[in-house]
Amino acid sequence: MRHFLRNSLTLARKEWISLLRDVFMLGFVVYSFTFSVYSQATGISHELRNAAIAIVDEDRSTLSQRLASSFHGPEFQTPATIGHAEVDPAMDSARYTFVLDIPPDFEADVLAGRSPVIQLLIDATAMMQAGIGAGTIQGIVDDEVGRFVRREADGSAAPVSLQVRVAYNEALDTKWFTGTMSVVSNITMLAVLLAGAALIREREHGTLEHLLVMPVRPAEIMAAKVLANGAVILGLTLVALYAVLRGLLSVPLAGSVPLFLAGTALYLFFATALGIFLGTVARSMPQLGLLFILIVLPMNMLSGGFTPLESEPEWLQLAMQLSPSTHFVAFAQAILFRGAGFDVVWPRFAATAGIGALFFAWSLARFRRHLASFR
Amino acid sequence: MTPAPAVSLSGVRHRYGGTVALADASLDIAPGTSVAVIGPDGVGKSTLLGLISTAKKIQQGSVRVLGTDVSDRHGRAALQPRIAYMPQGLGRNLYADLSVAENLQFFGRLFGLDAAERRRRIADLLESTGLAPFPDRPAGKLSGGMKQKLGLCCALLHDPDLLILDEPTTGVDPLSRRQFWDLIARIRAGRPGMTVLVATSYMDEAERFDQVVMMNAGRLLAHDTPAAVKARTGAADLEEAFVALLPEDAKRGHQRLTVPPRPPEPAGAEPAIEAIGLTRRFGDFTAVSDISFRIGRGEIFGFLGSNGCGKTTTMKMLTGLLPASAGEARLFGRPVDATDLESRRRVGYMAQAFSLYGELTVRQNLDLHARLFDLPDADTRLAALVERFGLSPYIDAVADRLPLGVRQRLSLAVAILHEPELLILDEPTSGVDPVARDQFWRDLIALSREQGVTIFVSTHFMNEAARCDRVAFMNAGRVIAAGPPDELRRQQRADSLDDAFIGFMEQAEGAPPLNHPIPPLPPGERVGVRGMHSEDSRERAVAPPPHPNPLPGGERGYSTRRLLAYAWRETLELRRDPVRLTVALLGTVLLMLVFGYGITMDVENLTFAVLDHDSSPESRAYIEQFDGSRSFRTTPPAVDARDLALRLQRGEASLTIEIPEGFGRDLRRGRIPEVAVRIDGAMPFRAETIQGYVAGLHQRFIQDAALASGVTLPASPATLEMRYRYNQAFRSLDAMVPSTIGLLLVFIPAILAALGVVREKELGSITNLYVTPVTRLEFLLGKQLPYIGLAAFNLLLMVVMAVTLFGVPVKGSLTGLLLGGLVYVVATTALGLLISVFTATQTAAVFGTAIVTMLPATQFSGMLQPVATLEGGAWLFGTLFPTTHFLKISVGAFTKGLALPELLPFILATAAFIPVFLALGVAFLPKQER
Repeated sequence: MRHFLRNSLTLARKEWISLLRDVFMLGFVVYSFTFSVYSQATGISHELRNAAIAIVDEDRSTLSQRLASSFHGPEFQTPATIGHAEVDPAMDSARYTFVLDIPPDFEADVLAGRSPVIQLLIDATAMMQAGIGAGTIQGIVDDEVGRFVRREADGSAAPVSLQVRVAYNEALDTKWFTGTMSVVSNITMLAVLLAGAALIREREHGTLEHLLVMPVRPAEIMAAKVLANGAVILGLTLVALYAVLRGLLSVPLAGSVPLFLAGTALYLFFATALGIFLGTVARSMPQLGLLFILIVLPMNMLSGGFTPLESEPEWLQLAMQLSPSTHFVAFAQAILFRGAGFDVVWPRFAATAGIGALFFAWSLARFRRHLASFR
Repeated sequence: MTPAPAVSLSGVRHRYGGTVALADASLDIAPGTSVAVIGPDGVGKSTLLGLISTAKKIQQGSVRVLGTDVSDRHGRAALQPRIAYMPQGLGRNLYADLSVAENLQFFGRLFGLDAAERRRRIADLLESTGLAPFPDRPAGKLSGGMKQKLGLCCALLHDPDLLILDEPTTGVDPLSRRQFWDLIARIRAGRPGMTVLVATSYMDEAERFDQVVMMNAGRLLAHDTPAAVKARTGAADLEEAFVALLPEDAKRGHQRLTVPPRPPEPAGAEPAIEAIGLTRRFGDFTAVSDISFRIGRGEIFGFLGSNGCGKTTTMKMLTGLLPASAGEARLFGRPVDATDLESRRRVGYMAQAFSLYGELTVRQNLDLHARLFDLPDADTRLAALVERFGLSPYIDAVADRLPLGVRQRLSLAVAILHEPELLILDEPTSGVDPVARDQFWRDLIALSREQGVTIFVSTHFMNEAARCDRVAFMNAGRVIAAGPPDELRRQQRADSLDDAFIGFMEQAEGAPPLNHPIPPLPPGERVGVRGMHSEDSRERAVAPPPHPNPLPGGERGYSTRRLLAYAWRETLELRRDPVRLTVALLGTVLLMLVFGYGITMDVENLTFAVLDHDSSPESRAYIEQFDGSRSFRTTPPAVDARDLALRLQRGEASLTIEIPEGFGRDLRRGRIPEVAVRIDGAMPFRAETIQGYVAGLHQRFIQDAALASGVTLPASPATLEMRYRYNQAFRSLDAMVPSTIGLLLVFIPAILAALGVVREKELGSITNLYVTPVTRLEFLLGKQLPYIGLAAFNLLLMVVMAVTLFGVPVKGSLTGLLLGGLVYVVATTALGLLISVFTATQTAAVFGTAIVTMLPATQFSGMLQPVATLEGGAWLFGTLFPTTHFLKISVGAFTKGLALPELLPFILATAAFIPVFLALGVAFLPKQER
């Protein structure tokens, strides 16, 4: 056992030196945990921002103009005024996501209490904006028209009041979510890639074979790779959490970071073992890249870090329970967003460790066979 | 009057980064002569030939070939059909997955030969080189000698005036080597006007040439006839002459190597190595077949044979790296056991290629091995080794940057670090210069004679074999002879060990003696290779077709034939590469499933938990609203407030509803009770949607309640009627599936197209672009065609999937969709080619293309966020990326129901990318190596 540890550590040290000298890979890893996290967090916004809206004003009244001027940044671009004939081509080419059609005599009808109808055309192919935008526009129109007829929107008439509180992220700031989830998904991607590449590099350079003529066991070689690459990822995760998320993006980390890191360490056993497994299947780095696209990318996308798991078909949700990445995403969200403690997340930890250990053992067996079948 | 030289160099210098490869080379070669360029690896031979063959770009000085200045682009184009170049490395310019005949066909098409001409010349060349029985064997499965013959056939197919061969016989067995040179001699006899320029590191081979050029460290040491060089230096052979010509500091006090006799072995001692009927099979291929030998302690035992004859496999079986299929190997009387770690301490092994860690320094490498062997007094041992092998000047240098000779010494130092009793060395000196090689052997001899270490060494240098106590000749997996070198020579009555080897080979194969190495040619009209046929002709000449060039299709400028040659070849290769083919055919299908099911903006099946403090009919009615909704799914009610909070924290519920005590009573009395809803904000998009749902359900409850109590709520002053256009049900799939098609059709075709070009760079066949008349545009378009076909197939597949599996109908013009798709994949494959021009390795091509395509396609092309909402750089990037425009076609045709005329502007916008990408690709693709 002492021997095992010493050999593994010796080999792990060698892995670190190798990684330090591999400028391309090192650059890619550092980029993934810093710049890439930042750009993903600030890039895609799930909020309504800068939405393109046009107005067909057939009324040309004070009210219609007041309506037009009530759409402004940051949610909306300044509305364009277009004619009826332009509506179809403009929406067909996705120039506007929303078109508000104010009918003739709108103001007069409002004042007469005839409750006229305004039409809002929504480009329902712009999924992310269409839903949120429609609600926002509804609110703006109600407010503006209400204010115009000098009647407050009639909240007091409701028999039951509703108090809605959004927990954990009150302002619904999307960069909390996208930033944190990009750290989580990069942990998976980079751990697999680093471990797989480390194996393939040794095989291509013939050094793996060289190790095998020395008093070193396959388990020690694999342990060294898991240990060395896992530690690098864990260290960079810490940087990403504190420097990028908390520092640059001011995302609060709700729960215990040590607890999250402990869980990540458990998960890394699985992720690096998966990398080594793929490394035994792929004959070269480009093949590893292609396998990565076919296996790791889907696994990552379906784990609930991008879109909610419950939106997937039932069978897929069940199947994804077999992947530790799903549990990893779940406990990451629980700890980092909701401040959950060990009492809450332990079942996820157990699942990650259990499935991870099985896969690790299987991977090791395959690695042994792979070394044995060496040419 | 002397004729103008065929090749003329003056003042040529060439450097790679800081390394000087050629320092001021000037040389004239008369037409019709044969010239051998000799010298060890890395002295600039390949650079010299690369410059002459037009493969490399000239940095400094002038090179004229066949009267043409090769720095001129048009001059090169006219010249290339007249020269043939075979780069270094076994079958380096061949395509391993293509058969013998297919390779020849490809080169024939590249040089514009028509079908009949190709058939005739190919048949003749195959016949005269003895390859005729194997037209369908893949080039990758040929033996080294056959590969080189095929390479020669490909080079001769267009009947060149200048033939340039870079180390054509390195790694080839002696018999094939001799056959190869005989073949060259006969070709020259048939075409006396042809100039032949050959580089080799086997110095003895140069004896057969008209002239020899000796090179060292980027300089020409001598250029004369072999006899004159030997006479000038008073040397017996060319290798000695070479060493004599070296500058004094390069000799490092070199002197003749002598091997002291081996002390007699004590009787009855266990042999160090014993192999009994050792056999190894890979599938149905037998790499090593039933070999047996015994090696005594302290003996130097040499193993000789060509590449792929089974030397390495045998050595791996002895080290336990590879289990034997049959037979037994014993080390020091004990069977080899791969799991026995202790026995590994008695053996030192040096693999064929440098297999230490190139990225570690000399000290780190030594240190790593000392730790793994757990040496007790590692420091003193390391210091002694560094001293003994002269490694101290390099101690902190990274191993990859060391000169080859120093690296070999480091490898040897590592191999004997743990003081093994047995050393197994697999071709330890290949590529090392003669002086360093002798130094290395001095070390080996010392180990054997002074320390009694047994040494089992493989080599393909005959003069090294002569130094061994005993040697074994190996051929095609069998030991064909074994014994002391002198005795083997006597047995065959041969002058040299080389001849003895050939003798044994012929004996083993039962082959005809050397003067009939090649079956006679059938009679008849022949072009390309013509023999004066007679039953026992030794002098058969291989004659060219009636000159003059140019060849019929060696046309300049654009040629569809060459373009199609590349397309045809790429298709064949792709069909034979299972991983790439799988990704090409099924990659999109798999990812389409993942994206279709995985990336959905629909928020449904939301779990909620209720804490009902009231349990009145009214509170139950309120909860009923949620229960009945399609979007929500209930979980068991919470017992108390803590439980409720925990549910949210665990993620078991996405929202919680708390109804206060007296809810029903208050409602009945007209007081306003307050319901508290908490939403999990972890996923903001989902939380926002939930907010909307909750507000709607709440509103409905109020209306129902008002209706029930007969109150009329005041009408709102105006109503907003929302019309979700194109996608009434507001179903995520209807929007995501068309976008996904756009994403996948840039991602996968671009990666595959990029790989196609970069693979050639990595494998070396890109040389064919440099030295043949094919133009850059032909090369790129030819490479692109198969991938356009594949991508178009993927487009069809995904459209079918969208309609049948995901239920997203094509509401608009199917013709417009398919036409737009075709235009789009031409653009995306062109983008892949453009990226490939800038990447050097396949790894960089895969990851680089993935990043370059995925980021703009997902973020700036309107897939998740309409392009109209982007600003500044993101908007510009989106507009200048083809996916943006195809998404308009795809979403337009599928969901928006647009007809062809409405789609046409988008199709034209997409098409505009094609010429731009291709023009950039052509502009940045070098037609010469730097």
